[in-house]
Amino acid sequence: MVLHNKKLAALCLAVLVLLFALQFVLSSYMILAATRILILAVFAMGYNMLMGYTGLLSLGHAMFFAAGVYASGMVTYYFGVSLPLAFLIGILGAFAASLIIGLLVLRTQTVSFMIVTLMFAQAAYLTTLYFSRYTGGDQGLTLPTSARSFRLFGQVLDMTSDLTRYNIAFAVFAVTLIGLYLITQGPIGRLFVAVRENEDRTRMLGFDTYRIKLVAFTVSGTVSGMAGALYGLMFGFVGSSFAAFQTSIEALLYTLIGGPGTLLGPLLGTTVMTMLIDRLSGLTTAYLVVIGVLLIVVTLWFPAGILGTIRNRWLPWLK
Amino acid sequence: MAEVTLLRTQGLARHFDGIKAVDGVDFTLHQGEIRAIIGPNGAGKSTFVGLLSGRIKPSAGRVEFAGRDVTGLPAHKRVRMGLAYTFQITNIYKEMTVLENVAIAAQNRLRPNMLRRNPGGEAEIERVASEAARSVGLGEMLGETAGTLAYGHQRLVEVAMGLAQSPRLLILDEPTQGLSDGEIANFNAVVRKVSETATVLLIEHNMDVVMALADRITVLDQGRVLAEGTPAEITASAAVQAAYLGEPA
Repeated sequence: MVLHNKKLAALCLAVLVLLFALQFVLSSYMILAATRILILAVFAMGYNMLMGYTGLLSLGHAMFFAAGVYASGMVTYYFGVSLPLAFLIGILGAFAASLIIGLLVLRTQTVSFMIVTLMFAQAAYLTTLYFSRYTGGDQGLTLPTSARSFRLFGQVLDMTSDLTRYNIAFAVFAVTLIGLYLITQGPIGRLFVAVRENEDRTRMLGFDTYRIKLVAFTVSGTVSGMAGALYGLMFGFVGSSFAAFQTSIEALLYTLIGGPGTLLGPLLGTTVMTMLIDRLSGLTTAYLVVIGVLLIVVTLWFPAGILGTIRNRWLPWLK
Repeated sequence: MAEVTLLRTQGLARHFDGIKAVDGVDFTLHQGEIRAIIGPNGAGKSTFVGLLSGRIKPSAGRVEFAGRDVTGLPAHKRVRMGLAYTFQITNIYKEMTVLENVAIAAQNRLRPNMLRRNPGGEAEIERVASEAARSVGLGEMLGETAGTLAYGHQRLVEVAMGLAQSPRLLILDEPTQGLSDGEIANFNAVVRKVSETATVLLIEHNMDVVMALADRITVLDQGRVLAEGTPAEITASAAVQAAYLGEPA
């Protein structure tokens, strides 16, 4: 097996080692924050697969995040399914949702694509509210104590322990990072970028670009849903707010700041933005204004994001 | 020598809101030849090859390629059958390196299923790609970002992308536009080499290139075939002269 882009592989490995080591130095409050960051980074990495690498800007990824949240959370809440199995069901739910919705929305392009993905996501959001008898709607469902721990290989893993949560989030993040590394670098990854750079040309080189986009869309939605399933199960809560428009915007924001089309951009973007919002909301309730200004500045002067700008100026392998 | 038909159109037409860009063209291309299509601006040349490649859908008529009716086949499937198309306006991946550009072109044939590895792996793709780039004289520029190259070199990247596909038919839409004389001489040599293994269909304004390369010439005018023949026949044709220079008074 050939390893493409060895420098990036080395950097990813270094990041993983660093993330693992964090649990020995951070306070328990920071561990909690880091856990959230890792899960949301997985969400943003899923989003980046579509928006960054393939160049398709979706405004509806909340629906895939929520598909993971609801599919895993509701089987646990209503049927008492064990957490690992519920997690798998969450991933499967997001996979099915993204494949079916991908088949439909990929018939549109550019602005229509943004609008159609947004429409589907809003329809999904309203559905979770309409069936609030089952979904809990705005109030949500809090998973029972029995669903706050599980046994795996004879070990009891407790979802209320900070360190357990951090290590599970770390494991899922690591698997996602390695998986996306394999998909986005080398001959397959080149095709997604080819579609982003010049779809017409790619078609005229004999590639079925609809299929390439469908693969990207499904991978993207499934990874986003996996993050959702993890988030819901880990913090024991399922609610409509996960399906709201703001969730889609968060994924877009993290990806834009970190660097669309860079493997580690979403992690950096999520870290920067989450920390920033955390600090700012302590200072002022109008922190969204600051975020808005930041977004404008980034879009105007650093459209490639932090890592994208570094890649364009100095490190071409950072992709 | 028995002539094998590679491509044939019957009554091929494309109308744009009443304008007959291509108006009932019957056209036959034999395997191994270099054919040039010439004609005044607006004669329908680019629309015609657009119809052949599948980028444009016909209003009427049919297209046969390699003995198969491909009229309803989407462009990417025709390319996969061996019908390569290079764009009139340079249409490459500007952000990628020369090698990556050509590698994507080679990958289509060498790794038809994106989810399955080809036996030769990426090494084979890169070898075919760098060979194609070298044969058009881009061997020194494999690592350069394609968008930063001089215009003439970008055109050559386009041609190398056509070559890397090892096509049965290579359609070149005004390939020498914007090339210097030296580059054109090199280009002619490249096309001759390609024609040893592939059929070449050339749309070209530069009559020197046409005369140097073409076995036969087809003249289009107002969406119809005006004349067809060897370069000598076409030069002598009164109808062709009238189309280019205007009706004699």
